[in-house]
Amino acid sequence: MLEIKNLHAKVEDQPILRGIDLTVNPGEVHAIMGPNGSGKSTLSHVLAGRDDYEITEGSVSYKGEDLLEMEPEERAAHGLFLAFQYPIEIPGVATMTFLKTAVNSQRKLRGEDELATPDFMKLVREKADQLKVSQDMLRRSVNVGFSGGEKKRAEILQMAVLDPTLCVLDETDSGLDIDALRVVADGVNALRGPDRGMVIITHYQRLLNYIVPDHVHVLSAGKIVRSGGKELALELEESGYAAYEADAA
Amino acid sequence: MAAVQETVEQVKGLAVEQYKYGFFTDIESEKAPKGLNEDIVKFISAKKGEPEWMLEWRLDAYRRWRNLDEPSWAKVKYPPVDFDDLYYYSAPKRADDGPLSLDEVDPELLRTYEKLGIPLREQEVLAGVQGAKVAVDAVFDSVSVVTTFKEELAKSGVIFCPISEAVQTHPELVQKYLGSVVPVTDNFYATLNSAVFSDGSFVYIPEGVRCPMELSTYFRINESQTGQFERTLIIADKGSYVSYLEGCTAPMRDENQLHAAVVELIAHDDAEIKYSTVQNWYPGDAEGVGGIYNFVTKRGDCRGKNSKISWTQVETGSAITWKYPSCILRGDNSRGEFYSIAISNGHQQIDSGTKMIHLGKNTSSRIISKGVSAGKSSNTYRGLVSAHRRASGARNHTQCDSLLIGQTCSAHTVPYIESKNSTAKFEHEATTSKIGDDQLFYCRQRGLNEEEAVALIVNGFCKEVLQQLPMEFAVEAQALVGISLEGSVG
Ligand SMILES: Nc1ncnc2c1ncn2[C@@H]1O[C@H](COP(=O)(O)OP(=O)(O)O)[C@@H](O)[C@H]1O
Ligand SMILES: [Mg+2]
Repeated sequence: MLEIKNLHAKVEDQPILRGIDLTVNPGEVHAIMGPNGSGKSTLSHVLAGRDDYEITEGSVSYKGEDLLEMEPEERAAHGLFLAFQYPIEIPGVATMTFLKTAVNSQRKLRGEDELATPDFMKLVREKADQLKVSQDMLRRSVNVGFSGGEKKRAEILQMAVLDPTLCVLDETDSGLDIDALRVVADGVNALRGPDRGMVIITHYQRLLNYIVPDHVHVLSAGKIVRSGGKELALELEESGYAAYEADAA
Repeated sequence: MAAVQETVEQVKGLAVEQYKYGFFTDIESEKAPKGLNEDIVKFISAKKGEPEWMLEWRLDAYRRWRNLDEPSWAKVKYPPVDFDDLYYYSAPKRADDGPLSLDEVDPELLRTYEKLGIPLREQEVLAGVQGAKVAVDAVFDSVSVVTTFKEELAKSGVIFCPISEAVQTHPELVQKYLGSVVPVTDNFYATLNSAVFSDGSFVYIPEGVRCPMELSTYFRINESQTGQFERTLIIADKGSYVSYLEGCTAPMRDENQLHAAVVELIAHDDAEIKYSTVQNWYPGDAEGVGGIYNFVTKRGDCRGKNSKISWTQVETGSAITWKYPSCILRGDNSRGEFYSIAISNGHQQIDSGTKMIHLGKNTSSRIISKGVSAGKSSNTYRGLVSAHRRASGARNHTQCDSLLIGQTCSAHTVPYIESKNSTAKFEHEATTSKIGDDQLFYCRQRGLNEEEAVALIVNGFCKEVLQQLPMEFAVEAQALVGISLEGSVG
């Protein structure tokens, strides 16, 4: 469903992605690991369509379409979801209102009718319970005053409600204690399915104990320098990124 | 206010110049000759069949106005207004004998208000609000064309009628209160208004009465080169309550039109007046040509103890807005509130704010101002909070937040504080922020387009003020906030 070929991107004349190749098929979970500054978040932002980055080479096709030609909201409506490493605050906008606006904006883009409010509320309550997101949190402004763990759970809640086909999770594990990590991982695992692809970006192997990937890739200095199965993550845990940082230098 | 809802559907994706209410009603009108002199003042007064005292009051104001200069301290720029090149009176032909019953109103006028989404037929209720009734006074150029629900209101003793009618039917009330809050000589525009005021609403709520429905007035400027000088007077007698809303629209024209209103509120002991405005005058086109000059004096007098006056305004229209709804906190324990959303886009200029004058003991006031600037606009909050020597225990909390969209607009905050009583406690907070690229991207990643994202973020920013609006109007006001910023990003 996602095919990234030789992707190069730069910011302010500084090359950051330097030839990424990655194919994600429906049902697969890919983990991307790498040292800080290797370009993991940049990759996720480029996929989601942030325009601070200039694509200098390569292509990305998504469900057979040219992803790079689409506006960010079109990508979202086509089922691409990015869980942000640093979720953004929107003061004064209740999380529930935000979710409802998002769901209906996507439906509108897809030419579907708006979801009736009772149906929507029911859907959110159900998912919120699974993720231990309280009613109170749904009433609070989007990410405002949320703890690190609450922010990440709220991201996964949004993901569950929006029901995407390709999930990109950027360091969803950072800042979570072990209990929160379990809740988040359960939420993500519940979304695993034969039609859905996932790209899990993480610095640490820890998360991958709970969300077991089909493929692991090591990103270093804007390139995927190694790929393997889930055992590669364990190996990295042992040896660290030092070898790859040296590679990049 | 359904007008706004409709606008959302129709104007989606259009820029500033596609102002929804910009149509002109082709209706025969009767005008006074251009320009201003004693004869024009006499003409207006005669048209309304006013008693001698009213004419004298106007003439006195006119003579004083001749010697006044336009104020220049506001942060707005505009070419000089030629006061001799304006019509001071224009009325749809058949309506100049005062307001009619609904059946007698020119169908063309009814269609105009229908297009504006304003419910003039009494059986109409606002969409989505079960059983909510809103009484409407519809003012078209210089005259009130119809007032609805008058009889039903009269049953509880509430007087709601055009001020021109009140001069005839309740002269003792008008004489007692007119000019008692905004004196004739208060300022250039108020003095001008006192000389030539045309129509507006009069409200009297008797002692102990809670007004059974929302009252509202819709002002419509239709004719070209015509000024609108509305005059509104609201009196809440002891222990009474009223919630009142005004809405305003005008056709699109490439000339600037003058709107100089005066609104006076009087709250006696234990009375409360809630006054809400949704101001959507034509703002001019994308190049800044045309639009309404909105020079307005609004003041409330908390005359009695424990009285309360609350101003809520959503200002999205007009080329220039010069407006400072204020409260004189005269009665002990009285309270004044000012909640404002001022949105400027394109070439709009807003200089608006409030004055809270604490005279009585233990008086309190609260100011929340949300300024949103986009395009090439300029948006100034100007406020004064003062405590008189006797105002022991006076308290004020002011919060002024500015939100900027883009690089070419500007926001300014000018708070004045004067305290002559050492026990007064005044607090002021101000913030300035920008809609961040991060916020926009986050929203778009979730499926909102840029304009939906801006509307959502701005509505969040304005939430505390939107919450103050009567429920019947809040939803539509939210939509208006979004519409007025269309074309502000990207
Ligand atoms: N918007 C930006 N402007 C300037 N530099 C950026 C920007 N985004 C990323 N970078 C730089 O690109 C490199 C990769 O960053 P990032 O993708 O955040 O890495 P990671 O997520 O792997 O830690 C870093 O050196 C970072 O400073
Ligand atoms: Mg990162």
